Amino acid sequence: MSPIDFFIDLANPDLAFLPKALAVAVMSSIICGVVGCYVVLRGLAFIGDAVAHAVFPGLAVAFVVSGNLVLGGAVAGVLTAVLVAVFSQNRRLKEDSIIGILFVAAFALGIVVISQAPGYAGSLQQFLFGSITGIPDSDLYVVGAAAAAVLLAAFGLHQQFVAVSLDRESARALGLRVFWLDLALYVLVTLAVVISVQTIGNVLVLALLITPAATARLLTDRLAVMMLLAPIVGALSALVGLYISWSWDLPTGGTIVLVLTAVFLMSWLFSPRQGVLARLIARRRAVPVSVSTRPTAATPVTRTMPTATSPSDLVLEDAHL
Amino acid sequence: MTSALKVRNLAVDLGGRRVLHDVDLTVDSGELVALIGPNGAGKTTLLRTVLGLQRPAAGRVLVEGRVAKPGRADIGYVPQRHDFAWDFPISVAGAVATGLSGKLGLLRRPAAAQWEAVVDALDRVRMTGFADRPVGQLSGGERQRVLVARALALRPAVLALDEPLTGLDMPTQELLGNLFADLSHEGRAVLMTTHDLLGAIGGADRIALLNRTIVDAGPPARLVADPDLWTATFGVSRDSALLRMLRAAA
Repeated sequence: MSPIDFFIDLANPDLAFLPKALAVAVMSSIICGVVGCYVVLRGLAFIGDAVAHAVFPGLAVAFVVSGNLVLGGAVAGVLTAVLVAVFSQNRRLKEDSIIGILFVAAFALGIVVISQAPGYAGSLQQFLFGSITGIPDSDLYVVGAAAAAVLLAAFGLHQQFVAVSLDRESARALGLRVFWLDLALYVLVTLAVVISVQTIGNVLVLALLITPAATARLLTDRLAVMMLLAPIVGALSALVGLYISWSWDLPTGGTIVLVLTAVFLMSWLFSPRQGVLARLIARRRAVPVSVSTRPTAATPVTRTMPTATSPSDLVLEDAHL
Repeated sequence: MTSALKVRNLAVDLGGRRVLHDVDLTVDSGELVALIGPNGAGKTTLLRTVLGLQRPAAGRVLVEGRVAKPGRADIGYVPQRHDFAWDFPISVAGAVATGLSGKLGLLRRPAAAQWEAVVDALDRVRMTGFADRPVGQLSGGERQRVLVARALALRPAVLALDEPLTGLDMPTQELLGNLFADLSHEGRAVLMTTHDLLGAIGGADRIALLNRTIVDAGPPARLVADPDLWTATFGVSRDSALLRMLRAAA
């Protein structure tokens, strides 16, 4: 199927679920891209994974009682996030142990709850791996409103999130409420996950949160650029992933994640500063000056700097050797 | 001179163990006090208590006449260098501006006057030319200057510095040592923990010897003349070569 055929299908009223799925996937990617930057920079990928699992019992309960899935997932995720933040105050147990206990317990609870629903196996598969056909119209508005709220909160608290990410002790000394800021971030992660889980699935949603932000980190040393690049990478990957999935009848969530991973690998290889290729080229260009090739004062040369930490630092042009 | 920082009968417990007891210390405006003691003496704990981050078990800490509390704009804090996430994708100016984040409300970015404070702070540590550089590309000395600038952006009356000269080369130690002296001459109260005994003797107005409690505090020349104080603080012998060197330096 050509891209034009795909866009024709998007406009086909008989395939109304397709543009809805695309809209939710793109909105999810934008939100996850922005929130994911904080998650990646603070090394909280495990928390993202935990929250992704923690929303499951909420989704299951909402499904069993025919309630709103987004709302059910959000309540369960926020509840788990609060529990993690509270239990983490006990220094005897590290945060990752608390998360490990709570998210598996939450996931187990979800499985027990959903097993009580008719058509258990199909529902479970839909939750775990996503589906583009099951998004009701009402969810579009809920997702849109939640997305706007998440973006507003992220930008409103940006300066504080950055201060806490840089140095928690100094942030406390400045009077910032670090506990509440951690909690706010966990809540934003929860909402981003809940919004995304319907199209991409419970198991794969972590990729939407982590991979675009990690890709953007490889491409820039500027936070503002990173927070712009990550949602763009996520949204374009969602579009391409949905197109490929629709064209070749592949699972949507899995295809989007594979596209994201391919983009990440390309950045890892070809990033202008941090890429493997750029490092190799810089290393080959940084040839030590030998006696036989010692230049005259008029000839610029390249010399190696043994303490350099980045490829661009490896090359020092010096016309006065 | 007025007392910017007063610590009275302070005791601090950590993990059920008393790590500081009967601590009395005063730092006046316009004074640079070096807090010296062995590892585990409670130097960082005392600084954290001054910042309001650690609750005293007894006694009290007054900053500019008010009980120490996080967020009091009167204190600029410079933590140890390894406490900062240097791999974070942020510019030097951006990192310094986070020193003002306690003053910003929700949905607020630093205003023009606050950016002016950032520019001034960078100028004080001679990092103006590095303003746009990512912090991850800085050397150890440059990183320390960023942390000092972040504390100065608040334009604080009191500076609490946790080992700001450790691991720095001689030019950076000289630059920062002179800066701390200048800041105290301008009327700020500066309390600095350090293991650099020679630097403290040469640069501080007073030295406070700490080992769970203040053993003594006074002008460097008086303290180095009394070997018993150093024996009580560090457990070194009275005829230690280091003590002889300190006396010569004083």
